Amino acid sequence: MTRALLVLILLLVTAPMARAQQLVADLSSHLVAITTGFTGADLVLFGAIDAPGDLVVIVRGPPSEVVIRRKERTVGLWLNRSAVTFKDVPGFYEVASSKPLAEIASAEQRARYGIGTDQLRFETSKKREELFVAPYRAALIAARQQSGLFPAEPRQTQFLGPRLFRTTIAFPANVPTGLYQVEVLLFNNGAVVSAQSTPLVVSRIGFSAEIFSFSQQHAATYAACALAFAVAAGWAAAAAFRKG
Amino acid sequence: MQIYLPIAEMPVDALVILLLGTGVGFLSGLFGVGGGFLMTPFLIFLGIPPAVAVGTQANQLVAASVSGVLAHWRRGNVDVKLGIVMLIGGALGSVVGVQLFALLKRLGQVDVAISLSYVFFLGTVGSLMLIESGRALLQRRATRPGQRKLHQHTLLHRLPFKTRFPRSRLYISALLPALIGFVGGLLVAIMGIGGGFLLVPAMIYLLGMPATLVAGTSLFQIIATTAIATFLHAVTNHTVDVVLGALLIAGGVIGAQFGTRLSMLLRGEQIRALLAALVVLVAVKLGLDLVLTPNTPYVVQTVAPGS
Repeated sequence: MTRALLVLILLLVTAPMARAQQLVADLSSHLVAITTGFTGADLVLFGAIDAPGDLVVIVRGPPSEVVIRRKERTVGLWLNRSAVTFKDVPGFYEVASSKPLAEIASAEQRARYGIGTDQLRFETSKKREELFVAPYRAALIAARQQSGLFPAEPRQTQFLGPRLFRTTIAFPANVPTGLYQVEVLLFNNGAVVSAQSTPLVVSRIGFSAEIFSFSQQHAATYAACALAFAVAAGWAAAAAFRKG
Repeated sequence: MQIYLPIAEMPVDALVILLLGTGVGFLSGLFGVGGGFLMTPFLIFLGIPPAVAVGTQANQLVAASVSGVLAHWRRGNVDVKLGIVMLIGGALGSVVGVQLFALLKRLGQVDVAISLSYVFFLGTVGSLMLIESGRALLQRRATRPGQRKLHQHTLLHRLPFKTRFPRSRLYISALLPALIGFVGGLLVAIMGIGGGFLLVPAMIYLLGMPATLVAGTSLFQIIATTAIATFLHAVTNHTVDVVLGALLIAGGVIGAQFGTRLSMLLRGEQIRALLAALVVLVAVKLGLDLVLTPNTPYVVQTVAPGS
């Protein structure tokens, strides 16, 4: 939320400076529909720039709280000993850029805008020493990278001529549902000169959506249906095999 | 074929889940155990969130046990009276278990507590069974009737509420089967398993039930405890995935029928030896996980998705 606000403020501040809007971008679709046969989806982000510079695209999924527990050997057993709780960890995080990130902006700038998994900092629920938190954060990012939710390789933003650009955003099959933010930053000489933020919704559609909302809103009926189905299936199998 | 699971929020290969259901259903029909102690780790290994694995698993167990019980019922292998006494204990156990689970969760040691209790229960029960059934297999030539001492009076036989269970030819305290059911109910709520691996040996060794009645009677009471657990999981945690459940059930009910067939062909001690070997294997695997240095000491747990 704060980041979206930041971008908004940034837009308000930078807009008057740019006589015309320097950056325009949009998505091929603002909805990723998860149906029963969903195996992942690709979206195209396209746009145009009116000033020279380098582009960085950041996609962030809905934030959630994540607890990282650390096991330590205690009397021969590996038990959970200490834990760090990170607030507002995006459920999905991907970066695309027109050049390697280090060539576009300084580490300081990248940390400020949260560009690249090595620059991500999540707020902890309790005040902690950075030295203590760092390995927990690294473990969290590694786990997310392994499940494909924080793609490790930065994607390429392609320029079609001097002004037009496009980039593909790939969502794996296990993307969390919710509201996403796609942020496009235009860098020039290591500083942001223009920015735009576009919302995106990842949502269950059709059968999956109906089952999910049914399970949430009519939990008892849902449970009864699940049980009735189980009993019927068990009975049907027993009956079928008696004849056979 | 990929199918998206609406509650687990991820796609799975339908064929893999069907096969998993069939395999576990087969064991369930053969041994009279739910097979949850195998299914839950497998589902988690496939990437399904543990809470959804436990909740959905309970739903699948209902179908497998109904299918299994009906098959045993036709052969007259269910002691309904004893089953109902166990069931009362089981219902109480699952209610208490839900509270216990909440307490462990607050302490942040749920996974370790579950692993430790798995290793303890599976390890002791499995090795005791392995020793006993191994001995029985070796002494096969000895005639069976003399084997079981009907009147070995221990402390267990001095408990009050002595009741006759004519089907099992037992005259024991009703507290004993109720207590066994209670422990089973606890396990259902905490671990999402039917607890059959514990109930079956307890019924054989503590109650001294005839081996032919054990599987059917244990499944009979597992139906009730798993149904209660499914309901509680669906209502309080919303973690029962019907799509995943349907796939597991489709495989499970068929597997259970084949398992029941095979159990007719094997002798009691052979079945017990197989089950014991399986239980010990799982215990050893879980025990090693607790002792050996893990790949990474960090465990990631997402608390509140999408706020």
